[in-house]
Amino acid sequence: MSDMTSNIEWGSTKLLREVERLSGAQVSACYQCHKCSAGCPIAPDADYTSSQIMRLVQLGAEREVLSSESIWLCASCQACTTRCPMDIDVAAVMDALRMLAVERGARLATKRDTRFGRSFLGSVRRHGRVFELEMLMAYKLRTGDFFVDIDKAPKLFKRGKLKLFPRRSGNVGKVRRAFRRAAKEERQR
Amino acid sequence: MKYAFYPGCTLESTAWDCKVSTQAVCAALGIELEEIPDWSCCGSTPAHCSNTSLAVALPVLNLQKARDLDAPVLTACASCYARLRTANYKVRTEPEERERAERITGAPYGGEVEVLHVLDALVNRYGVDRIRERVTQPLHGLRVACYYGCLLSRPPKVVAFDDPENPTAMERIVSALGAEPVTWPYRTECCGAGLSLTHTDVVCRLGHRILSMAQRAGAHCVAVACPMCQVNLDLRQPEAAAAHGRLPETPIPYLTQLIGLALGLSPDALGLDALFQSPHLLLQNVPGLASGEEHHGIE
Repeated sequence: MSDMTSNIEWGSTKLLREVERLSGAQVSACYQCHKCSAGCPIAPDADYTSSQIMRLVQLGAEREVLSSESIWLCASCQACTTRCPMDIDVAAVMDALRMLAVERGARLATKRDTRFGRSFLGSVRRHGRVFELEMLMAYKLRTGDFFVDIDKAPKLFKRGKLKLFPRRSGNVGKVRRAFRRAAKEERQR
Repeated sequence: MKYAFYPGCTLESTAWDCKVSTQAVCAALGIELEEIPDWSCCGSTPAHCSNTSLAVALPVLNLQKARDLDAPVLTACASCYARLRTANYKVRTEPEERERAERITGAPYGGEVEVLHVLDALVNRYGVDRIRERVTQPLHGLRVACYYGCLLSRPPKVVAFDDPENPTAMERIVSALGAEPVTWPYRTECCGAGLSLTHTDVVCRLGHRILSMAQRAGAHCVAVACPMCQVNLDLRQPEAAAAHGRLPETPIPYLTQLIGLALGLSPDALGLDALFQSPHLLLQNVPGLASGEEHHGIE
């Protein structure tokens, strides 16, 4: 407790303002009813519950929030957003925190999450669609988890569920352009 | 009735059985599907947790293409459904998001193309009674746990074709097929599919919780309407059992596969052999289907 409070920039609303701008959610309206945490499927696995994250954002505890495992464990299931009595889009807050964590180079609890995202979007950028085999290989190369889930491969191939070749979208040119332009738009946001 | 069909990436590989069963059922019911030409990925979770502009622009590229087909968009994937609907919601309600999406895609779009999930189209457009009239092989004796997962009913601002906390669309269809929907509590709990590769331990815990509850409710199978849920609950079932306690082998059919069986379509036409947990366990509970299906051996 003392370790945590000593790092909080009491009185600074910088993080709160940034998160509210990025997510479009009014985090300052949270009054700690904990309804989001009560219905959160990953709460038992998380270091902070969603309502604790909301409070830490209000307090400006940037380091604690951005290096927490919780923001990456969020499954984006929208139960919190659906149930919040103050209509706060809690799931969008988690998205905003992930973006800030990457942007600030925060010490991430695990790098698997960002590596999965990069592998997935890299495949979309190349083909306009996800080519699952390539996405999986890219993810395994990034993480070194070569043998994890290797037993699944024969089952998937046997049922025709892993394709050997990508099926490229005819709209891949516009998809690539969207990636370039979206990166620029985000920098200006 | 015609729809602009958006299959999405998963239906081209891991969930090809979802695609063929959706197409077969729609054909049998007289619902016309025209695939959106040159469709591209919706961006799914990796886009919305890394770049908000991209998470809106990728679906908009597809909605602009669908606009030319002059029909509502139909999708069978809950994740695609959520992303397409969210993009529509954003460009409709936030002028800045609309301008940004139009700058990125290089074409106008104001959220004018409607997006439906197969479940919504079947229950609210086609009608449960009309499905019931077409049933030739009632699934009497089959007890089904209807599993919605997270994104079919949430958040209600964006999706809203059923009650977010107590949806009934799947149960209504399952009853119309002659099967018995069981009453159970975890119908809208998330299975964590998005974390399948990154936090497998969490996903196994969530999957085990859902599957063991379905078993306690007396279900023979868990019907799903999302390819992420299907793969997660089916492929990872042995792992979930190893980590958290024994689970009887439970087939995880797509709702469209159950509809197809009741309409008298063959298991092959519905991709039933592509399930990981044996479909034999499903078929043996329906007297009319069990005979002649012995070749669906348990793996």
